[in-house]
Formats: sequence, structure tokens, C-alpha cells
Amino acid sequence: MSNQYSHEKIIQLRKKRSAADRRFKTYGLIATLMGMAILFFLLFTIFSKGYSSFQKSVIELEVSYDQETLKITSDSTYEEQVKAKFFRVKKNAIAKALPDLSKKDIKLIKKMFSINVDKEIKEYFLNNPNILNTTQKIFVTAHSDVDQLLKGNARRNIEEKKRKLNDRQLEFFDEFVSSGRLKTKFNNFFFKNADSRHPELAGIAGSFVGSLFTLMTVFLLAFPIGIGASIYLEEFAPKNKFTELIEVNIANLAAVPSIVFGLLGLGILLNVFGFPRSTPLVGGTVLALMTLPTIIIACRASLKAVPPSIKEGALAMGASKMQAVFHHQVPLALPGTLTGTIIGLAQALGETAPLIMIGMIAFIPNIPTGFTEPSAALPVQIYLWVESSERGFQEKTAAAIMMILIFLFLMNALAVFLRSKFERKW
Amino acid sequence: MFYWSLIIIVLGIYSAYIFGKSRIKSNAKQLDIKTVSLPTYYAQYMMVWCLLPALIVYFGWIIFENQIIQNLVLANFDFELNPTLNPGLLIAEIKNVASNISFAEGKAIEILNAAEHYSSLKFTSTVAFYLSVLIFMILGVMIASRKLQPTFRAQKSIENYIKYFLFFCSTVAVLTTVGIVFSLLFESLRFFSEVSIFEFLFGTKWYPYIPIREGQSGSQGSFGAIPIFAGTFLIMIVAMSVATPIGLFTAIYLSEYASPKIRSIVKPLLEILAGVPTIVYGFFAFVTVAPFVKTFGQSLGIDASPTSALAAGLVMGIMIIPFISSLSDDVINSVPQSLREGSLGVGANKAETIKKVILPAALPGIVGAFLLGVSRAIGETMIVVVAAGTAPNLTANPFENVTTVTVQIVIALIGDQEFDDPRTLSAFALGLVLFVITLILNIFALRIVKKYRERYE
Repeated sequence: MSNQYSHEKIIQLRKKRSAADRRFKTYGLIATLMGMAILFFLLFTIFSKGYSSFQKSVIELEVSYDQETLKITSDSTYEEQVKAKFFRVKKNAIAKALPDLSKKDIKLIKKMFSINVDKEIKEYFLNNPNILNTTQKIFVTAHSDVDQLLKGNARRNIEEKKRKLNDRQLEFFDEFVSSGRLKTKFNNFFFKNADSRHPELAGIAGSFVGSLFTLMTVFLLAFPIGIGASIYLEEFAPKNKFTELIEVNIANLAAVPSIVFGLLGLGILLNVFGFPRSTPLVGGTVLALMTLPTIIIACRASLKAVPPSIKEGALAMGASKMQAVFHHQVPLALPGTLTGTIIGLAQALGETAPLIMIGMIAFIPNIPTGFTEPSAALPVQIYLWVESSERGFQEKTAAAIMMILIFLFLMNALAVFLRSKFERKW
Repeated sequence: MFYWSLIIIVLGIYSAYIFGKSRIKSNAKQLDIKTVSLPTYYAQYMMVWCLLPALIVYFGWIIFENQIIQNLVLANFDFELNPTLNPGLLIAEIKNVASNISFAEGKAIEILNAAEHYSSLKFTSTVAFYLSVLIFMILGVMIASRKLQPTFRAQKSIENYIKYFLFFCSTVAVLTTVGIVFSLLFESLRFFSEVSIFEFLFGTKWYPYIPIREGQSGSQGSFGAIPIFAGTFLIMIVAMSVATPIGLFTAIYLSEYASPKIRSIVKPLLEILAGVPTIVYGFFAFVTVAPFVKTFGQSLGIDASPTSALAAGLVMGIMIIPFISSLSDDVINSVPQSLREGSLGVGANKAETIKKVILPAALPGIVGAFLLGVSRAIGETMIVVVAAGTAPNLTANPFENVTTVTVQIVIALIGDQEFDDPRTLSAFALGLVLFVITLILNIFALRIVKKYRERYE
């Protein structure tokens, strides 16, 4: 009979089947490893592109602070010193940056310095006013093109026209490097400056503070409303159509694309209610509405986890339902609700599209000081720098991403810490 | 106005609290009876009655102040006589002059007068605001203080107020949805009054520029969204064909094969991948994947665009992997153990059990996860804004440059917004389409998942 298997056939079939089993397992393993590999590749790309941004290139200049050029005297007041002609000092210093420079060379070499050099020369003087009439060796910030070349991000062995620095400037560059006058040091600008048109001066302080204000707004709005909503739905809501509508609504709102929330902010908050544009107040409100479902779902889970016996005990002692909930159930659920809120905030921190919609994409060169001031936010700053054609911004982008990832990591670590420290198993 | 009014309101409710507490105590002492509720509840009652009127005034002002002042200022201009005047631009100019942003010199005398009028109205409004906040707070406290009798059940009414507040909190989600629908519909209707809805849904040419002058040749605006929908679809297909196999196999491996130790390492790593902001994926696509796709295309002899659908789709697929894998993982784990054991018991090996028993049983849940992934891919913005193109292109070639719904929304709203220009309004029409499609996908997916859960519970 044909459907009768011989012994060998059965062994063969079993071999085939176990080979298929092993293959299947290998596919799973490969898929998992691919996911991991992609994650590490992503992180590696960002770190390898971004770490150089924590360094900036500086060039040593011999600056002679003589009083004729500055037009001040040793007994000038501070105000007069502030207004002294530092740009002339800078001009002289740059003209003598290298020996034997022609007029054309000076023009070229000037482009190798940041526009911030006047300020640095001035600050150095204001910090040590007794250096009048002396010559000082100061390291001043180099232009982004020099910086990129020194860090190896820009190539030099390509056609002159395609390079930012021409052949003559490369000669200067080599002279600076060989005499040890061009070096890198810690880039403080990246941490204390706001955005700038010049890559070597641009920093994340402005967008970081903007993000902080935005997240504070999100927290102040979403935390109370989220807890309130989850208490209502868990404890007080009657079982009727409207409650069901609310529940379905929350579930669906969680999956609405974030850009739609941006349109809500633009159409309602800005155009109808007249909120101030580009401010953390509007951005925070939109993000709060967006993260609300996440927070409500987490809060409800942690309220549910508190055993009913605790509430019932309070009720038996004569507490009203409100007292039983607010004095006993909510405090016990608080760590869980906080964890959920932090996770919601982490989600809000990385969100970009809604903030673009409400105009937090404007170029803001100063650090915001309030909720109703136009400001940038970290992810939007990243977007602005990605879109920038200037090469120097690419490492800034990667470095800003590193910062945002570090903050996300810290927030999640805090959530995990809160959960493990305060969560009780009943 | 923002900070000062906040301070005034906080001080107001604090004094209402103190006042309420001392008043009820002295009232009770006079009558020599005990209060029904604890004195704090009476004080809280006063707080509520101080806060509510203040909030009403506050929000009333926020909503109506600008509108009323603008209308009063613009009332002096005759728009019928002067049809070239644009009220929006005019009010912006007046505001700028009033706040010294733009120089007053060289402006028309009407504008200067209007700016002065505007400033004086603004000042009057601010003074009136503070006065009315104070008056309303005092009025509220005065009315409520008549109830400060020891026999008044303050606790009960406070608890009712709290309940109303909690109810309000839970309706915020509903109000948000209503707000979304309202804003999208309202602006979309304005858009469709200028562009026919059939042209929008079935037209194949997207050229969102309306001629500035009448009869300007060669630049007739055209709003056919088919190329945009096609681009979105193409990128979604690429993304899902990356995310579905990898995500699903990861879920199978983690739930069926991996030891608890591997699970405890891989799951948090996948969570990290899920928590990476999408703009970071956009950067990754832009600096790493897109150049790679370009050289890959060249090695195949295909001229790939630097912003190809493939690059954006691949990275979007990576973004969706953890989403698919964690949802499918939950679904596979909730397949009853008895099914597994039954299959293994009749001699099937693990792969056969998974393929013939577990996956069919989990299929509805996996389809739900897939649909949620699709809805994510369609609504994803930052990856495509950075890594996909901006020009509409009706093509099925993933090496070419396509654009998506979300990219067009961002482009339409990123520059100067003028809400009487169909270009700006088109963003809301596209947003409406996006919202409706993702909503349908979500409702459908959630229903499937729910049905599936019920089956095994």
C-alpha cells in the first residue's frame, strides 16, 4: 500500500521535519539579531558622528591690547572699556596671525576665524583689565570650515572648487597645525548657546530650556487631568453609553497621528483661542492632549492594582467614597501613576511634528525665559539642523540627538527606579 | 497678564480659605452647636466659589479679548470702499506699530491712529480684566458665605464638586476628539468651497499654487491628491514589508524559543528602539540609509534619487519593528497553553506547532497589530519630512522620489500661513483624510484584537 511508510522513509521524514524546525528557529533568531544589530548600528552612527561636536577648534592669536588702538586709558571706567575698539585689535591680530601676509592673504585668513572672535578678545580683556598695553597669546574660536577640516569631517584632497577652504587657506591651516597653534578643546558653546547661523557658535541651551518649559506645561496639564480622568473612570463612572464613548475615545485617541494634534493646536488653540504662537505654552498644551491617553491608561492600571480591601476597609470605618479613594487608594497608586506620567513625558520630549505645526520652528537665537515666549524645542532644533545645508551642523545634529537620547534614557531609568522602589506587590 | 493674574487668583483663594475657616468657627461658636462637616470642608467650599468666577473671567478674557479689540479697531476702516485692504494683514501691521516692532515713520496716518486706538483699548482691557477678576472673586465669596451655617452639609457639596471636576477631566479626551474633528472639518470645508472635492480625491496633478493675478498663464493651481496618496501608500508598503517579517519572527522567537534570560535582554533593547524619537530615525535615514540606497541603486544600474521612497520606507520599517513585535508577542503569549500542548502531544515539532496551530489561532491579533502598524506608517511625519521627497510623483518605483500626506501638510504650514489661501487650507483637507483613514484602521484593529482576546478568556 502506498501510504504505508517504511522505516527508512520515516527516519528521512523525521530528519526533514527537524531540519525545517531548526530552520524556522534560525529565522526567528536572525530576525531578533537583525533588530538588535540595527539598534546598535543606529546608536553607533549617531555617536560616531556626534562625539566630535563636544570639541571645538581654537587658534592661538597674539593680541596686543595697546591703548591707542583701543582708544581707552588705564583709568577708563568699565563702561568705556566695554565700548573700546576691540574689533581694531582683532583686525591687527589676525593680520599678524602668520608672518608675511599679503592683503589678499589677510582677507582669506580672516575667513578662518569665527565672527565671535571680537567678543572673545573683549571678554578676555574685561576679565583681566590690567593687561592693557601688553601682548597676550589667546586661543580664539576657529571658523566652522577649519573646525570640520581639523576633525576630519571635511575632505581636503578634492577639487579646490568643491572645498570650503581654498589652497592658500589650506597652507595657512597646515602652518597653524604644525606650529601647534591650532588645536581642539572642550566646546562650551554647545552647552551654553542657543541656535546660531554659524555652526561653530550654535548650541542646544535655548532649545533645551524650551523643551523644559514645554515638558513642565505638559506635566502641569496632563498629570492632574490624567489622574482625574482615570479616578473617574475607575471609581465613579456609571456604566452607560457615555462612559463607553469616553473609553473608546481614549483608546482611539492614543493612535491618532501626532501631526493631527498639531493641526488641532493650529486650528483651535492658535486661530480660535489666540494663544501666542511658537511658545512652550501652546506646544505643551498640544503635547499634553497627545500624551493624555498614555497617562490615563497607565494610571488606570495602577489604580486597579490597589487591592479593593484597602478601600473597603476605609469605607467600613465610615469614610465617604471620596475619602476612601483620595486618602487611601490614590496615595498607594501614586508611584504607578508617576511612572506612567514620566513615560508619557518621555514620549512628549521626542515629539516633533505637532511643534512644527504650531510654529516652534522659528529661528530663535536666544534662550527663552518664560512659558509665553517664542522658543525652540530639542527635537525641532534637531530637525532644523538636519535640514541645514552647512556641513558643520551635521555633527551638531548628531550631538543634539545624543543629548535627547541621554535625557530619554534618564527619564526611563527614573520611571524604572520609581517602579522598583515604591511599587508594592499585594 | 499671565503670571500676575495667576498670583492674584492664588492669593484670592488662599484668603477665601482662611476667611471661610474662621467664619464657620465663629458662626458655630455663636450658635453653640457643632458643624455638620469638618471646618476645612467649609473653607474648601469658599475656595471653590472664589476660584470658579475667577476662572470664568480669565478664560472669557483669553477667548474674547483679541477678537473684540480687533473688531473695535477695524471698525474704523471701510473695507467696502477699499477692497484691497486685507483685515488680517492690517491688524498685524497695527499690532506691530503699537508694540514698536516696526517703525512708525512712513506709515499712513490711519494706521498710526489705529495703533494708538489699539494700545489704549489694550490698556483699558488689562485694567478691566484685573478689576473684574477681583470683583468676581469677592462676589463669589460673598454669595457663598451666606451658606456658612453649621447645619450646611459642606462635605457633600465639596465631594460633588470634585466629582464634577473628575468628570470634566475624563471628558477632555472627548473634547480633544471633538476639537480635532471640528478644526479639520471647518478648514476643510473652506478648502472644498474653492477646490472641488472630486478634483481633490481623484485628480492626478498636485500643484498647490494659486495664481497671484487673475489670468496669469501657466500657473493654474491644481489640487489632485492621488500622487500624494500613492506616495504614502508606496512608502507604507516598503515599511510594512520590512517590519512585518522581522517583527513577527522576533515575536515568535521571543515567545516560543528564547530562554527567559535572552528575553530579559532583548525586550528592553526593543523598548529602546521603540522609544527613539522619530526625528532620530529621520536623521539616520538622511545620513546613512539614503546614501546607501543611492549607491545600491547605482550598482544595479538604477538611477536612485537621494530622497528615495526606499530609504524612507526602510527606516520607517525599522521604526515599526518593535511595535509589531511587542503587539504580536502579547498576542502569541495569550494563545492558551493547552493548544500548544495538544499539538506537541500528537507529535508535531515546535515549528509545526507554531505554523499550524499557534499562528492560525493568533492570526486575528496579528492582523490587528499589522493594521495598527499600517496606521502608524501612514501617520508618521518626521522620517518622511527629512528623508522622502517633497515633489509629488505618481510612480511605483521605490528608487524614485515620492511625497506623502504628512510631508505635504508640513510644507503647506511651514511658511507664511494665510487662512484664505487654498494652499494653507489644503493641509487641513489632507489632515482630515489622514485622520479618517487612521481612525478607521484603528477602530477596525482594536475591534479585531478585542474579539480575539474575548475568545480565549
